[in-house]
Amino acid sequence: MGEAAENLPEAIDLAEEYRTLGVAEVLDELDRELVGLKPVKQRIREIAALLIVERARKAMGLSHETPTLHMNFTGNPGTGKTTVALRMANILHRLGYVRKGHLVSVTRDDLVGQYIGHTAPKTKEVLKRAMGGVLFIDEAYYLYRPDNERDYGQEAIEILLQVMENNREDLVVILAGYADRMDKFFESNPGFRSRIAHHLDFPDYDDGELLSIAEGMLAGQNYRFDDAARATMARYIELRRGQPHFANARSIRNALDRARLRQANRLFSGAEGPVTAEDLSTITDADISVSRVFTMGVPDGARGQA
Amino acid sequence: MRITQGCFSFLPDLNDEQIGAQVEYCLEQDWAIGIEYTDDPHPRNNYWEMWGHPMFDLRDAKGAMMELEECRTAHPDRYIRINAFDNTRGWETVRMSFIVNRPTDEPKLGLTRYDRHSRTQTYGLRTG
Repeated sequence: MGEAAENLPEAIDLAEEYRTLGVAEVLDELDRELVGLKPVKQRIREIAALLIVERARKAMGLSHETPTLHMNFTGNPGTGKTTVALRMANILHRLGYVRKGHLVSVTRDDLVGQYIGHTAPKTKEVLKRAMGGVLFIDEAYYLYRPDNERDYGQEAIEILLQVMENNREDLVVILAGYADRMDKFFESNPGFRSRIAHHLDFPDYDDGELLSIAEGMLAGQNYRFDDAARATMARYIELRRGQPHFANARSIRNALDRARLRQANRLFSGAEGPVTAEDLSTITDADISVSRVFTMGVPDGARGQA
Repeated sequence: MRITQGCFSFLPDLNDEQIGAQVEYCLEQDWAIGIEYTDDPHPRNNYWEMWGHPMFDLRDAKGAMMELEECRTAHPDRYIRINAFDNTRGWETVRMSFIVNRPTDEPKLGLTRYDRHSRTQTYGLRTG
């Protein structure tokens, strides 16, 4: 970047910068490994672009301010907020905006104490640990309990706000939670909203995306569906969505864990001779179709007709 | 009288940036940082007051520097040192220790005579 110090503003090749920093790899990885999440990926691209431009501007002495990078992730359970936060730490590290690039993931329990005078040291401890990296506060709205006047959450919020403002170059805070409750949280803590520059909304996955997530998860563990199993899985996803406690990708992961369990049992109890690697890594239709999800649908349907 | 003990004490005082760099080195070695302060720099005074807990899970020097800043505001006129503790099996000891804050007016260490039994005399240091 030495030659950039000349008074030629077009001396920095942004594309070159983009390649050498390895941001391209991270973003491509994000594209490849995370299914769906179009608006989120778009936003991350924008942030990455901003950071590269900021770097270039800084190299030419045009800007001195560290951009505010605190973020807020909203979305339903299992939409990939934590996964993206982890990637975010990596991206910000490669761009040189956090020094260490580690992610400290906390919830209310890690920040708020149980008795008076317990909260501040606890919160500070966490903040110290997160310095140079990303602090990820999951279900951040629990920090503030409007029903309890004497709740210590407020104290933790005040310390957080102070550090978010004063140590912008030392750490990035990412909040995560369900959209409606986060909105309520921000309403009662307007200081928080204004200190967060990026609000990212994680959409639910559609059925096709969930199926490719399922296949990706299996491939990661050296398993695969046979054709009938893939069709059954697609139907499973459809049915599961309508049932209570549906948590997008997390539900899929649990379903697959159970399918692997059944596959193991099927191979074990039905073993007629040696098994091949092919057998060991194939999830068949039978492993999924015995799921409760299918039978739960039947009595419901029967009730509906009665 | 300028007290010399621990690392770097024959050098001019480290500034914050240099202290940060040293702490960063300690963290790279996986040592835990502890901050201690005292008003008695006598070499036999091994046990200084601890400022907070030792920090075992820091990743970045900034965390320790924040603590140091707080300790300095609370005790501007005390000796403050940073200890780096190595908990690897076989070491389990402080591997590095250096003074990061001194009072403006440092106490003197004087050589004094002490009477022991049978008119024996010994010499020792006294903070004065």
